[in-house]
Amino acid sequence: MNALPLLRIGDVLLVSIQTELHDELALRFQRELAEKVADEHIRGVIIDISALEIVDSFLGRVLHDIAATTSVLAARTVVVGMRPAVAITLVELGLSLHGLRTALNVEAGLRQLGIRRLDVSGEAR
Amino acid sequence: MGEQQRHSGAEVASFLLEREAEIIDSWRRLPFFDSGDGDQAQVERDCGAVVRALAEAVRTGDEDDPAAAPFNSLRGLFMELAGRRTRFGDSASEVAVEAGRLKGPVVRLWKSAGGHRGVEQTALLVDALGTLRVAVMEIAVSTSAELIQQQQEQLLELSTPVISLWRGILAVPLIGTLDSARSQIAMESLLQAIVDQRAEVAILDITGVSMVDTMVAQHLLKTVMAARMMGAECIISGIRPQIAQTMVQLGIDLEEVTTRAGLADALAFALTKIGYQVTAPTGAIGR
Repeated sequence: MNALPLLRIGDVLLVSIQTELHDELALRFQRELAEKVADEHIRGVIIDISALEIVDSFLGRVLHDIAATTSVLAARTVVVGMRPAVAITLVELGLSLHGLRTALNVEAGLRQLGIRRLDVSGEAR
Repeated sequence: MGEQQRHSGAEVASFLLEREAEIIDSWRRLPFFDSGDGDQAQVERDCGAVVRALAEAVRTGDEDDPAAAPFNSLRGLFMELAGRRTRFGDSASEVAVEAGRLKGPVVRLWKSAGGHRGVEQTALLVDALGTLRVAVMEIAVSTSAELIQQQQEQLLELSTPVISLWRGILAVPLIGTLDSARSQIAMESLLQAIVDQRAEVAILDITGVSMVDTMVAQHLLKTVMAARMMGAECIISGIRPQIAQTMVQLGIDLEEVTTRAGLADALAFALTKIGYQVTAPTGAIGR
């Protein structure tokens, strides 16, 4: 069962996390994402966490690791839509998630990946 | 209440009521009854009300209970008199000292009136006047506590406006001393405003902040980090030279934070950041 749909749009992978991720699911998500990025020549990954009310230190760590992994695979990861309460909690926990790219929403995330118009023709740019 | 005591109470009460006019006359010049509008008739009515309440208190044996009905009936009057003094900056003890001045004239009158003045009756009278003072003090204390609470709430309301400077640019001008509660509120309202207005850049302006210690700096850094995690850039502006020096001496590291000297510089930076170019029309005078 794949609990997290990884939506491919052009050469961008869009993931919207809608449910609370428990630890095991988070690790599986990390693995599947890395495989997909490597196999399908993904250039950018957008992880939307606007539905998450709780992000604990473990999930914060996972997000950070995903960003680092995709960066090794030559894809950039942007985490978008973090709620104020989540941001405050993470800061209070001392996790500043260095090097993690963030954006306000999916649209801003796409812009940060340098995409103004989605190219869905399937041709790699 | 024993028969004897009831008798003494009645005696003191009738003394107070008989001598009401003289007592009023000795009280009317006291600053305690000054309501600020110079209305002598009103002052006399107030004095009369206090005398009658005292008489009632000694008659019913409530002379040492400031919460009893006779003293309670004076609450409105005391709130007005003591409240007014408190708002003008008198402390509760100053108000109580003034209320204590009511005692002298009445006791003198009591002694000079002649006749049989027993120790018990005198004690009753002094007790009642002392309780009056306690009642006044209580009200003065509660008024000042209310006043402080009210002012604190007003201050919190005042302290954290989030201003939209441009579409996508927010500013929070922080003023005064920052404590934990205020920093927390500023942080929360800024982050919420970032979401609501889809702001890409937020400016924390600390021009009006008188002092920055490690704790305040910590709060500022936390706000910057939280905003960054939400996908917005946060700039700190308005760091005065003196404060910059203090921060350096305290070892506060602002290396990762974008800082600008003034709000204008921060706005210029923010505009550039979201893709605007600020230029003067040709021929314009200025820098």
